[in-house]
Amino acid sequence: MSGGAAPLVTLSGVAVELGGQEILRDIDLSIRRGEIVTVVGPNGSGKTTLMRTIIGAVAPSRGQVTRAPGLRLSYVPQRLAVDPTMPMTLGRFMNLPRRRDAATIAAALDRAGLAGLERRPVTGLSGGQMQRALLARALLNDPELLILDEGTAGLDQPGVASFYARIEQVNADTGCAVLMVSHDLQIVMRASDHVVCLNRHICCEGTPETVSLSPAYRGLFGAAGAGSVALYRHHHDHSHDDGLPCAGHDEDAA
Amino acid sequence: MLDDFMVRAALAAVGLAVACAPLGCFVVWRRMAYFGDATAHAALLGVALSLAWSLPLFGAVIVVALAMAALVAGLSGRQSVDTALGVLSHGALAAGLVAVSFVQGVRTDLNAYLFGDILSVTRADLALIWAGAAAVVALVAWRWSALLLSTLSPEMAVADGIRPRAEQWVLNIALALVVAAGIRIVGALLVSAFLIIPAAAARPLSRSPEAMAVATALIGAAAGLGGLGAAFRLDTPTGPTIVCAAAAIFALAVLFAGGRRRAGA
Repeated sequence: MSGGAAPLVTLSGVAVELGGQEILRDIDLSIRRGEIVTVVGPNGSGKTTLMRTIIGAVAPSRGQVTRAPGLRLSYVPQRLAVDPTMPMTLGRFMNLPRRRDAATIAAALDRAGLAGLERRPVTGLSGGQMQRALLARALLNDPELLILDEGTAGLDQPGVASFYARIEQVNADTGCAVLMVSHDLQIVMRASDHVVCLNRHICCEGTPETVSLSPAYRGLFGAAGAGSVALYRHHHDHSHDDGLPCAGHDEDAA
Repeated sequence: MLDDFMVRAALAAVGLAVACAPLGCFVVWRRMAYFGDATAHAALLGVALSLAWSLPLFGAVIVVALAMAALVAGLSGRQSVDTALGVLSHGALAAGLVAVSFVQGVRTDLNAYLFGDILSVTRADLALIWAGAAAVVALVAWRWSALLLSTLSPEMAVADGIRPRAEQWVLNIALALVVAAGIRIVGALLVSAFLIIPAAAARPLSRSPEAMAVATALIGAAAGLGGLGAAFRLDTPTGPTIVCAAAAIFALAVLFAGGRRRAGA
């Protein structure tokens, strides 16, 4: 990480209103070159709106969003709803919005485990294939910042694990910064340099350890969320001796 | 050759099919059918303006259609757009009919604007229709990839430096041009049918967006020429007959695709 360099994106004092309702307020956040930032928060906490603000799809009602000049950013949406009236093959999708040569596309699909599926309609891909295709397309323009919104929605546990392994690999290989949104606490936080806990404003932030121990985080997610960080930091050898309920945790870890 | 009214009618129908093809695909993909209706119905207000102040019809319709598009664009993103579009669409149609009735001596001609009068297309009309078609095709082809990505995911488009709201205006302008070109041919009530039906018929036969646009143009042209011929032989109103031909092709395409799927191809 080049800590001294100017951030790729900086939000200062950002508030966002949609339809007269304040979705986000007082957001101060910066993403530096090469770092992995994770935003966690309950449903309705404004995670997706925060992503859309950083991309530039939503204008802040207050405050400023500053992007590094010429920033190459790529966005991987939660899911891609292709209207059934639109015929779209995987190969054509990979060429949006810019045409690339067939060898580049073939290599990208090969790396994503989708070799030879260029002529397959995207509506015929499985959830996991679609997710890998979205990531493969996002990586084609050699992004400096990769933004993933609930990138693992609809994947099973092994799928989720290999998806994040791939993200970490990309980050290590290309030095591209990653901003992820998730309510999938289990695995996400393991690789993060910086975790932001969001509930319309930033409740707390810091390293995964700092955040998981903070009262604000525990307030939002309970002990189950805190335990899930330990789950990965301590390789499954922790015990829940605090006696608090941890519903959902055992089931997810199984 | 252009002296023959049937030749002019045929060229007008093919011109409209070409103009409608790329735009019709987006109207179907983006579920803008009601939007197309509202814009086409607003064209009737343009007719009233044109008749009252002797303005050129083509220009008056474009201006009113663009105003309607601006109004609809202002409404989008709010809740119950569907209802708002319904109000605008039928409100514009009714207001257009009332406005036209104020203009003396056109009441008998109203059918020509509602359902088109392709057999009376002049050389000047033909020039406007083809100029409009060329403009629409050039505009949509220029923004094709940006529009496709904006349709799939506005966020992905923004991340790639595309502005989906600006791209929406490309479609609004193209829609205004198509409505202006189509009002002489199939009329204000049936323009949006000519936008939607050929594209819907092309869908089961196409594997890529580009193939669908080309297939839409071919199906539209076939419907135009077939409908024209049928109307001549059966002595039926031309605009509605053309739309019937398009609907028949749609039914055949759906049956063909269903049969092919059952055959496992």
